Amino acid sequence: MNFHLPHGRYYRYLIAVSTVCLMFAAIFLPLPVDAYTPETHTLQINARTFAFEPGSIAIRRGDTITIELEALDAVHGLYLDGYDVNLVAEPGKSASVTFVADKDGKFKFRCSVACGALHPFMIGELNVEPDIPLVRALLITLMGVIGALAFFWK
Amino acid sequence: MTRTKLELTRFPSVKRLLTSRWVPWTLMAITLPVFLLAILTGLFGTPAGSRNFGIIFVWIVWWALLILVMVPFAGRLWCAVCPIPAPGEWLQRRALVQSRPGGKLFTLGGKFPRRLKNIWLQNAAFLAVALFSVVILTTPFVSALVLLFMIVLAMATSMLFERRVFCRYICPVGGFIGLYSQVAPIEVRVKDMAVCQSHVEKTCYQGSDAGYGCPWLVYPAALDRNTYCGMCMECMKTCPHDNVGIFLRAPGKDLQTTQGRRLDEAYKAFIMLTCALAYSIVLLGPWSLFKESAYAVGTLAWWVYASLFLAANLVIVPGIFFACTTFARKLSYNKFSLRRTFVEYAYVLVPLGLVAWAAYTISFVFVNFSYAWQVVSDPFGWGWNLFGTANWTWTPYLAGLQTFLQIPILLVGLIAAIGMALRTANSQGVPRRAALPVVTFCAAFTVGLLWLYV
Ligand SMILES: [Cu+2]
Repeated sequence: MNFHLPHGRYYRYLIAVSTVCLMFAAIFLPLPVDAYTPETHTLQINARTFAFEPGSIAIRRGDTITIELEALDAVHGLYLDGYDVNLVAEPGKSASVTFVADKDGKFKFRCSVACGALHPFMIGELNVEPDIPLVRALLITLMGVIGALAFFWK
Repeated sequence: MTRTKLELTRFPSVKRLLTSRWVPWTLMAITLPVFLLAILTGLFGTPAGSRNFGIIFVWIVWWALLILVMVPFAGRLWCAVCPIPAPGEWLQRRALVQSRPGGKLFTLGGKFPRRLKNIWLQNAAFLAVALFSVVILTTPFVSALVLLFMIVLAMATSMLFERRVFCRYICPVGGFIGLYSQVAPIEVRVKDMAVCQSHVEKTCYQGSDAGYGCPWLVYPAALDRNTYCGMCMECMKTCPHDNVGIFLRAPGKDLQTTQGRRLDEAYKAFIMLTCALAYSIVLLGPWSLFKESAYAVGTLAWWVYASLFLAANLVIVPGIFFACTTFARKLSYNKFSLRRTFVEYAYVLVPLGLVAWAAYTISFVFVNFSYAWQVVSDPFGWGWNLFGTANWTWTPYLAGLQTFLQIPILLVGLIAAIGMALRTANSQGVPRRAALPVVTFCAAFTVGLLWLYV
């Protein structure tokens, strides 16, 4: 075996390793958090074939939220990714759940009761801000772009 | 670069398996009934998509297998077992399993028009399906009509023209499978070019008693990319010198060279990239206006959506990329034509587009996969319970964990695209900085997808 790597190859090896290290660092890098006093919200979400209204909701991490799901025209559900929350509402019979939004990021919520053609695409979004996962993903991407440029530039 | 490839066919058991006439027939004898069941359930089963075998098996199970497993890891493997050309091919051959003496085909044998011997027809066919995709993906009856139309068209072209003209020039799915199969770590190639050169009969292309001439109209010795090799293994059977093998190789090897890049394939890359982004916004985003406009075919809202969709695919995204390549030439005093620069750089969108499709697929496939258990037991939605799984409730697998798969996959594609962009600049003999506008384009696209999903 020959362990004496040619110079150029050694350089690229170094770049690859340090890029991967930096990408991992971006996952664990402590990011500054501003002081925030959690609030309590009640979110009224109307479900109709095939949309949630509002479709996009923003809250802060740590907030206690109550989701009140109102079905306007047929039986609809609301399953929230990442929080394992599932509500089912019938017209005239709303459903609600209260929980602490302790995970940050973007979570899709989807209708959980087959309600017709566009049912699989009846999707809304809960944004638990600040969106730290997105910040980290962008940091990792930045590291990746710089690393890839250095690696392939030669 | 290392040139080591592992020849899988040097193992006698693999070789025997791949040259057996029974293997492709058996696989098609499995996929064809499933395909016919998908058509029947679509035509006669419940109109509720999530309860219909056709919708769930085609657009969730098959789609996930295709884009997450088969295309990235095995290239055109699907094309080797696809049921759509099977009936037509059997009619052409007037044989199910064994081959005809001399590999003779029964067909009117018409030559496919020269002007259509490219993938523009496939680009158009894909766009046509994509334009109505919200309806096709969710309406069993419409979905079944599309599948039925494809199998009838494949039979008709088998009768009219030679070989697998449908797969090669028409199939809306085949175009992008071919484009993305260049990424796969597997290839069918000849072992020793000199053997082919001295072989006068070219039985791999003409056919022989041992099998049929290449159904994909490819001369195996000329293969340098996976794009148009259907992995049917006929050439392995007809080569009298045992000179064709199947090899493991470095992923994306076909994309290392800029030789033979074409505008029709470049546009395939644009269309695929744009559609992955468009679907991520329209189908999976929280904006109901887009979904409803895309679904309401024929209304004014749909016409606006359709115009925007087509403009994005054919003008806006290629236009932005064109601006990037114009800028690339300014940065480097490139001596190549603008068209050639544009086409050669467009192939960096192959890894980028494939990972975008993977990210899009991950977002909806796992959460909806549990519908598969229900429709297996009750394919028509008629209240059957064949395997006792008809009443299994919808269970979203991996919900909330999709981003842990999407982020690394998107990054792998972006890094590959950056590598290819720099390599393209290098192959054009210009400074690496010429690749920066294209690198920026790729990074911006990835950031856009991350913003949608994370
Ligand atoms: Cu619903």
